[in-house]
Amino acid sequence: METRITGRVFVFGKNVDTDQIYPGRFVEITDPADVAKHVMEGADPAFAGACRPGDVIVAESNFGCGSSREHAAVALKAAGVGAVVAASFGRIFYRNGINLGLPLLVCPDCHDKVKAGESVTIDMETGEITGPSGEVVARAEKVSDYMMDILRNGGIKPMLQRRLSQGG
Amino acid sequence: MHALEKILATKAGKAKVATGEIVNCEVDWAGINDLYLQTVRSFKEIGGKTLARPERVIMFMDHYAPASTIMQADNQKQFRTFLRERNAGYIMDVNQGVCHQVLADHGFSKPGQLIVVTDSHTTTHGAFGAFGTGVGATDMATILATGQLWFRVPEILRITFTGTLGKAVHSKDVILHVIGKLGADYAVYRGVEFAGPVLARWGVAERMALCNMTTEMGAKCSYIHPDDVTMEFLKRKRITGYEIMTTDPDYKYAEELTFDVTGLGPQLAVPSSVDNVEPLKNHLGQHIDQAYIGSCTGGRLEDIGVAARILKGRKIPSTVRMLIVPASKGVLLEAMERGYIRDLVEAGATMVTPSCAACLGTHQGLLAPGEVCISSTNRNFPGRMGSTEARIFLGSPATVAASALAGHIADPAPLLPD
Repeated sequence: METRITGRVFVFGKNVDTDQIYPGRFVEITDPADVAKHVMEGADPAFAGACRPGDVIVAESNFGCGSSREHAAVALKAAGVGAVVAASFGRIFYRNGINLGLPLLVCPDCHDKVKAGESVTIDMETGEITGPSGEVVARAEKVSDYMMDILRNGGIKPMLQRRLSQGG
Repeated sequence: MHALEKILATKAGKAKVATGEIVNCEVDWAGINDLYLQTVRSFKEIGGKTLARPERVIMFMDHYAPASTIMQADNQKQFRTFLRERNAGYIMDVNQGVCHQVLADHGFSKPGQLIVVTDSHTTTHGAFGAFGTGVGATDMATILATGQLWFRVPEILRITFTGTLGKAVHSKDVILHVIGKLGADYAVYRGVEFAGPVLARWGVAERMALCNMTTEMGAKCSYIHPDDVTMEFLKRKRITGYEIMTTDPDYKYAEELTFDVTGLGPQLAVPSSVDNVEPLKNHLGQHIDQAYIGSCTGGRLEDIGVAARILKGRKIPSTVRMLIVPASKGVLLEAMERGYIRDLVEAGATMVTPSCAACLGTHQGLLAPGEVCISSTNRNFPGRMGSTEARIFLGSPATVAASALAGHIADPAPLLPD
């Protein structure tokens, strides 16, 4: 995981559920590259075409609520989304995202402080979100040590891989 | 400690746990659903070889039952091979039904258990005094490989119901009312306990619907302390080998709320979020194209029974398609035994095999753009049951049946006995 993430902002509202992030009719697809083609399709069908690596999703509360489908996190990760900043997250989505090494930050007012299309930089260590001219526009909650450890390892899979290979 | 904390403590092999603590727990039942082949991918990616506790693994072929595309069929095939090679305890194939109902029917849901399924509505099992929670595929792969998973001990919110229930008001109406008042993210990361005298009025089916819908408040798990209703259920099903946890008198809830249900009428979640709740009376006469009774929320015997009582000897107008999806094989068999299925089919309903079916918009009854559905399921998100331009109203099974009969949204009260 990069400690600093820079990308263009895409803004979404509240209660963006996993059906909007990844519609149910595509859940049978399992290859991450194919999954990424439908990212955010239920909320904004143009997103998959417009998203570039590092871009940042900024949303209001309860992002990723609803279904447990890991496809939602897989799609965002495989599409190259650099981070999601939201006022709060659906709890299963939160676990899924962190497990895959997708930076997720809780910030109550970021969606009021940034505009769609502008570039922001997120400092994962401090939670500071800076705007195009380098000024701090919002502060996200610091990611807990437990979650940061998973993110620094690039997700939980490499950690488990080590644990299993050590027979633990 | 709270009973839910005691479950986590027991499974973590600890005498005590505290709110906010992260604990590693041994999982009693690990349930996998057929739409998450990512579980197998993640298991292989982490270097998993054998199942840590194969006898505790239950596969559910429920979301694609039976497969409607070649890709779905292939995903199910890969699951069967993967699990048979590793001697998984149970493969509940496409003839069994929705995971949560199957867990209840077969006696897996019982007090004190830690039940983890790759399905968000695993909160349902709080109805039996179990700790049930949903996870994603990689978390499930972790359980398959190690038998364990980490949990953050949640804050617990207690909701007490008081007062007298009105006619044709079911637990679904009450929980929709609560979600409407509190919001879809009110209980995120928290456990939700239900208490109060109204619970005694609800059997296991209504309690399961109540606990199931806490997912739509963001809850991690739910809880109803086992009582006479629970004990009667366990006895009738000859379920043994459980431990009832009790909450210590000095346990401090994160929050306590009371809802007086007196005067509450039937409720609807209107398009397109579950916390967008209004009294049914605001939408009487709203045209519908489809009426849907099914899912882990509203497809139980009692749900089909109330629909049969409303529709027996009557005819559903040709402008409405009514779908009945029993939650499980057990529900279907009992509904046949009691004559509900004949009554519903004669009234014009369409039967769908026990499964998740159109509840999650993958197959078997999808909605076209512009269509309106009234449903006993759990989500009315845009595109949830098909087109993003379709609209979904959520209500109780009684409201769905009354609406199917009228051809538009209608009040079930006049159609039910006093």
